[in-house]
Amino acid sequence: MASPDADALPRRNPQLNRNGELHHLITIEGLPRPIIERIIDTADSFINVAAREVKSVPLLRGRSVFNLFFENSTRTRTTFEIAARRLSADVFNLNIAASSTSKGESLLDTIDNLSAMQADMFVVRHATSGAPFLIARHVAPHVHVINAGDGRHAHPTQALLDAYTIRHYKKDFRNLTVAIVGDILHSRVARSAIHALTTLGVPEVRAVGPLTLLPAGLESLGVRVFTRLDDGIRGADVIIMLRLQNERMRGALLPSAHEYFRNYGLTPEKLRLARPDAIVMHPGPMNRGVEIDSSVADGPQSVILPQVTFGIAVRMAVMAIASSSPRI
Amino acid sequence: MNLQIARGRVIDPESGTDRVVDVFVSDGRIAAFGDAPAGWVAQRRLDAAGLVVAPGLVDLCARMREPGVEGALRVEMRAALAGGVTGVVCPPDTDPPLDEPGLVRMLRQRSREAQGARLYPVGALTTGLQGSALAEIETLAGVGCVAFAQTGCLPRDKSVLLQAMRYARTFDLALWLVPVEESLAGSGVAGAGAVAGRLGLPSIPVVAETVALHTIFELQRATGARIHVGRLSSAPGIELVRAAKREGLPVSADVGIHHVHLIDVDIGYFDSNFRLDPPLRTQRDRDAIVAALADGTLDAICSDHAPLGADDKLLPFGEAAPGATGLETLLPLTLRWAASAGIPLDRALRCVTSGPARVLGEDVGRIAVGAKADLVVFDPREPWRVTGDTLVSDGKITPFIGYELEGRVRYTIVAGEVRHERQPGGAS
Repeated sequence: MASPDADALPRRNPQLNRNGELHHLITIEGLPRPIIERIIDTADSFINVAAREVKSVPLLRGRSVFNLFFENSTRTRTTFEIAARRLSADVFNLNIAASSTSKGESLLDTIDNLSAMQADMFVVRHATSGAPFLIARHVAPHVHVINAGDGRHAHPTQALLDAYTIRHYKKDFRNLTVAIVGDILHSRVARSAIHALTTLGVPEVRAVGPLTLLPAGLESLGVRVFTRLDDGIRGADVIIMLRLQNERMRGALLPSAHEYFRNYGLTPEKLRLARPDAIVMHPGPMNRGVEIDSSVADGPQSVILPQVTFGIAVRMAVMAIASSSPRI
Repeated sequence: MNLQIARGRVIDPESGTDRVVDVFVSDGRIAAFGDAPAGWVAQRRLDAAGLVVAPGLVDLCARMREPGVEGALRVEMRAALAGGVTGVVCPPDTDPPLDEPGLVRMLRQRSREAQGARLYPVGALTTGLQGSALAEIETLAGVGCVAFAQTGCLPRDKSVLLQAMRYARTFDLALWLVPVEESLAGSGVAGAGAVAGRLGLPSIPVVAETVALHTIFELQRATGARIHVGRLSSAPGIELVRAAKREGLPVSADVGIHHVHLIDVDIGYFDSNFRLDPPLRTQRDRDAIVAALADGTLDAICSDHAPLGADDKLLPFGEAAPGATGLETLLPLTLRWAASAGIPLDRALRCVTSGPARVLGEDVGRIAVGAKADLVVFDPREPWRVTGDTLVSDGKITPFIGYELEGRVRYTIVAGEVRHERQPGGAS
C-alpha cells in the first residue's frame, strides 16, 4: 500500500503530513524550526520520567515499534528500545544482516512482511543513504518511520539530542560558536547536526578536518570550513568530536590514526584554545587516543555521558510526537 | 511502394529546409518534392496537414537487450518506431557481449525480421568487454559493426587502449569510448557537488571524466585513431572536447537527453529514477551542455535507452541500477528543450537526425531527393502522459514518468514503408 504522499507533488517534504505535522522523522533538513523546538521542549518533560519510581508513560500503549537495524548498533538500538518501552509500546528487535541480498529478500519485501505483522512504527538503521525515504514511500499511511541513521546522510535523533544537550548547558543558540571536528565526509551525525544548528539559529557552525574528509558544498549549508584544529576550535563554545572509523585510517584518505591524532585529536592543550566554559561532545562510541584524549573525554568539560541520558528522552519525544500523541 | 506524404511541414536540418511541401517516395527512397514525378501513382497517401515531416531519428545509444533477453529486440524496436526513431545504434554491453561475429549476424537477422528501425551494432573492443584482449574487430566490422566500444569506463590498462587505437587505425575503424576513469569514479553514485554532499551520497568527481578525456586525446594524438566519446556530463569535460576539435583531432561527442534537462537537484528525496550514468551534475554543467549543442561541440543527443524494471529501481538510491527508458521520450524531450531554450526546430532536430548520422557515417538523417526514405511524421503539439500504459518499451522507468510531454509520432517510415502509425488520441 502506498504512503499518503505517493500521488502528491513529488517535492513536498515526505516527513510531514498534510497538516504540516511530523509523521516520519528521516532528516533534519527541511524540518521547520518550530517542530525541532517542540521535540526538544517535549524531551524536557520526559527527562523527569527516568527519575520517577514508575519509569513509564502510557502514550504508546498498544502500539508496536519495530527496530529494524540493517546495520548493527547495540547502543542506538538499546536507547530506542528503552525509549519505546518507557512510552509503554511493544518493542520488537530485528537485526537483519548488513547485506540486503544475504537472504535474497529485498528491502521492501522485508518491510511488507513486517507491515503484515501490524507494525505502527519502524525505527530503521541502514547502510545506504536514502533508504528510509524509500521505506516511508512504501508503508501504509498510519505507519511512522524513524531514521536511526542511513549511510552518510542523516541521524536526526542524534542531532536533536545534541541540540538538546547544547541548550541544556548553553541556553541560547543565538550567540554560540559550534565546531564539528573529524570525518565530516562520511558522517551522518555531522550532516544532521549542521542542519539542526543552522535552523536553530547558531550563528557560527564550523567544520574542521583534513581536505580528504570534507565534503563539497559545506559553505552552501552555512558552515565555515577549517583544516587546522587550532583555528577551528579557537573561541568555540561547543566542540563536537566525531568518531573516526577504522577503515578510514589506512589507505588514501588518511595515512594513520597516529598522524590524525597529532593534527586533529582533542587534547587538553588544544582544548585550552576554546572558551574556558566550552563543552565537549561526542556521539559515541569514542576512539580514545584517535580523535579524543582520555583526559578530555573524562574531564570536567565533557558532557558525553549526559548526552546518552538526554538521548533517551529525545527519542521518547520523537516517537510520541510522530505518533500524534497529545502534548504533555 | 509509392507513398505520398501530403501537406506536411518538411524540416530537413542538413539543408536547412523548413517548408510545407508534399514528399513523394518510391522504392524506399525520396523521389521528389512538391509535384509527383512523371508517371508516379500513389499507392498510399498520408495526410500530414498540421504535422512535421522530419528525417527519422538516429539514436546513437539504445539498448535492445539482445543478446540477453529472448524477444526483447522486437519489443524495443516497436518502441523505437513509436518514438520516431528509424536508426538505432546498440552498444555491445549485451549478454553475452557483442564480441563474436556469430552474435552480430544473429542480431542483424533478428532486426531484419523485426521490421523495425535500422540497427547499427557497435561491437565490443575487447573480448568479453573485459578490457584486456582485443576482440576481432576487423572481422566484426565485416559482419556489420559500425564501430567498437568499451562501455561503462575506460580500460584499466591504458596500454590496451593504446594498442586498440593503433589496431583500429590500421583498418580505419572508429572507437566509441565512455570518458570515465574507473579508479576516480570509485563507488560513486551521484555527481560530486553540494547536492551529493548534502545527501551523503558517494560521489563521482568531475576529474573522473576530465582525466579520462585527457587520456583519450593524448592516445589519439599518438595514434591518429577516430574516436567518439559518449555521454558527456561536465562543463570542464565539454571544454576539453571543444579544444580537441579546435586542434583538429578526429573526435565526435554525444550527450544523453536526460542530461540536457535534468540536474543533481532533481534527485530530490533520493528518487532513484534519477540514478543515471553518468550522474546528473550541476546547473553550470547543464548550461555547458546546452551551449555545446548549439556550437557543435556536441554532435548529437542520444536516448541512452536502458529498459529497466521496477525491481531495478525500488532500492535505495545508491543500490538502484542506473538508467532510464528513452526511445519514446527522445523526440518530445528534444522538442521541449528547443521550446524552452528558444532554439529553432530544425537546429534542435539536427542533434537527433543529421548530427548522429554524420557520427555514424551512414547516409541517413536527411530528407533529399535520392536519400533513403526514413521519415518521422509527428504532431509537435499533441500532448501525452508518460505512463506504463503509453510506453511501448518494456522499460517503464523514466524520470519523466507521470509527466505530460508534447510531441507525438503519427507515422514512422523506414525504407519507404510505414512501419508505425497512430491516430490522434489513439493507441499505437
